[in-house]
Amino acid sequence: MTEPTVGAPGQPTAQTAGLASGGAGSRRFRGARNYLALIPFHLYLAVFLILPTLIVAIGALTTKDGRPTLDNVSVLFTDPTIVDAFVYSIQLSIATAIAGAVLGGLLAWAVARGKPNGLLRQFVIAASGVLAQFGGVMLAFAFLAAFGFNGLVTIFLRDTLHLDLLTDATWIYGFAGLTIVYTYFQIPLMLIVFLPSLDGLRQEWYDASASLGGSSGSFWRHVGGPILAPSFLGALLLLFTNAFSAYATAAALISQGSPLATLQIAASLQSEVVVGRENVGKALALGMIVIVSVVMVIYALIQRRASRWVR
Amino acid sequence: MHSMRSRLAAMAGITAVLVAACSSGATPTPASPSAAGGGASAPASQAAGGSVAAGDPKTAKSAAEAGGVDAVCAAGKTEGQVTLIATPNNWANYGQMITDFQTKYGIKVQSDKPDANSQDEINQATQLAGTGRQPDIFDLGSVVAAAHTDMYAPYQPATWADIPATNKDPNGLWINNYTGFISISYDTKLGDITKFSDLKDPKYKGKVALNGDPLSASAGFNGVVAAALANGGSADNIAPGVDFFKNLTTIGNLIPVNPNDASVASGQTPIVIDWTYNQGGLISTLAPKGITWKVVVPSDGPPVAAFYNEAINKDAAHPAAARCWVEYVFSDAGQNTWLKGFALPVRLQAMQKAGTVDAAALAAVGAPATPPVQLTQAQTDTATTYLKANWKFITIPG
Repeated sequence: MTEPTVGAPGQPTAQTAGLASGGAGSRRFRGARNYLALIPFHLYLAVFLILPTLIVAIGALTTKDGRPTLDNVSVLFTDPTIVDAFVYSIQLSIATAIAGAVLGGLLAWAVARGKPNGLLRQFVIAASGVLAQFGGVMLAFAFLAAFGFNGLVTIFLRDTLHLDLLTDATWIYGFAGLTIVYTYFQIPLMLIVFLPSLDGLRQEWYDASASLGGSSGSFWRHVGGPILAPSFLGALLLLFTNAFSAYATAAALISQGSPLATLQIAASLQSEVVVGRENVGKALALGMIVIVSVVMVIYALIQRRASRWVR
Repeated sequence: MHSMRSRLAAMAGITAVLVAACSSGATPTPASPSAAGGGASAPASQAAGGSVAAGDPKTAKSAAEAGGVDAVCAAGKTEGQVTLIATPNNWANYGQMITDFQTKYGIKVQSDKPDANSQDEINQATQLAGTGRQPDIFDLGSVVAAAHTDMYAPYQPATWADIPATNKDPNGLWINNYTGFISISYDTKLGDITKFSDLKDPKYKGKVALNGDPLSASAGFNGVVAAALANGGSADNIAPGVDFFKNLTTIGNLIPVNPNDASVASGQTPIVIDWTYNQGGLISTLAPKGITWKVVVPSDGPPVAAFYNEAINKDAAHPAAARCWVEYVFSDAGQNTWLKGFALPVRLQAMQKAGTVDAAALAAVGAPATPPVQLTQAQTDTATTYLKANWKFITIPG
């Protein structure tokens, strides 16, 4: 999950490291040996990434009897419920990625400014490591128990402070509620992936900029901003895919109508009312894979740009 | 609890009539797999056929063929275990069913994935086939049961003759086991609720939950059907039911949260629309927490029923133990255990005639005065088509 930080400032990329080592004569042999060492990794990729993707793709393009068909995939474009689910998923992912990136980025900046081994830093990093994984049913339950119609905070506000802030809050069960719940795990994830980049921003660069007459604003415009922008955008895309693929939290909070792409997949695989739609579910999964692939291509382009100044 | 017993007891007398009516033509037929099922089922004869050694309890098609129930269960004891799936302890009293079965026959019950639904059961059987961990027994909703008849082993328990012909596959591939009614179950602190229209009261804002999406879960689906019947709709027209829930959403009474034991115990979902046999089990678990949980069949429409189906996985790892389990659940003891869990067992009528029914349990369950409605496959298909186009409203707030 921390892969996007590979291109963080100050760390040579694998590519440049490889170029720097070894003479021309031993390159072929070294290449073969390197390849052998990669076999376990490639096996892992084959079993856990390529094989499932193939199963999904083949299932999406065949009928239950194994005959080729485009019916399942065409559902992605023709069934308004499913089109809406994808649109809703993408909107939600964009909203929570931006909210998480901005708030998490500010938190990371605050931590990076603090003492390198201070209590605040250790506490926030440890807490973020836990909270970034605090999703699913537990999170949804905690959220409802606090802010739901019959939640502790709602009742406290109403009975003790006589504030009706949450008493009519049907938005908790809609887009706004989902956005807020998702930021619970998006902010800590942003901190984890973005903090190393901020740490890579050296005081010497600021000093150099200042000694050449640069103001704080011009430092951020010409030095800090351009250095951080690729890793910030990379983290933003990671947050997007994180929200896009989330399932359990939404499933626990909204069990009616299956408004998200992941919930539609679950409905097509598990429904005991409408049966035989397993391959439609695979078509939906294929649609998600395509969207994530597009995001990953954009990410790779950003990383290429980011690594330009590292060389 | 006591008030409910006495009230429902008055209705108990007509239960026999009801159960007979329950079985009217709505049960799945292997010969006509559902349209929604995509025509995947192989002919029933494929699973039913094949030459088997007579007397082998692992492949017997009836207790008599294997030399009696005791012979089947003795063979099951040698196998050591029976694997169930989707049988939560407080669903239709499965907890007691499992304990009693283990005590009586000395066969360990492995109860996997208690919260799985019917389609999950089939998926698990396919995915775990050959591992020894696949379910031996299915407990399926009728739509799923009809779509996978090629996965069952035919078996006729000793009590076969008591089960009405419309409640079973002629070869015993599947047998209706129990049904319940759609109920409104609630915390009595909220007042008195007896019908769907009561749920529109502004004081129930944010308190009503439906168990599952109607396009995914049988409970949610039949909840919409029941609401339709209470609001001028019919088995052929569930639009008034959708409108009812749309209205509940608009006024803020319905929340889209999935109700479960925890959400009920913590007060997040104090009113739940669900099967009687699902909610009945909560009465005793919530009482120690100070919650008086009441299960009522709404009075403003006919009750809505849907039988579940018992079937043996033809790839069962413990085939004799599976047959022993089927013998037990269709025995008097097993049927009464379901009845104690607010589920009406399929042999109820015969047991009432024979005087073997648990009278106290029957009095506690009771049933409303009108005959229950159970949707046919064609009606289910019409309803799901309508739901696909009209159920999303709930999910597009703000």
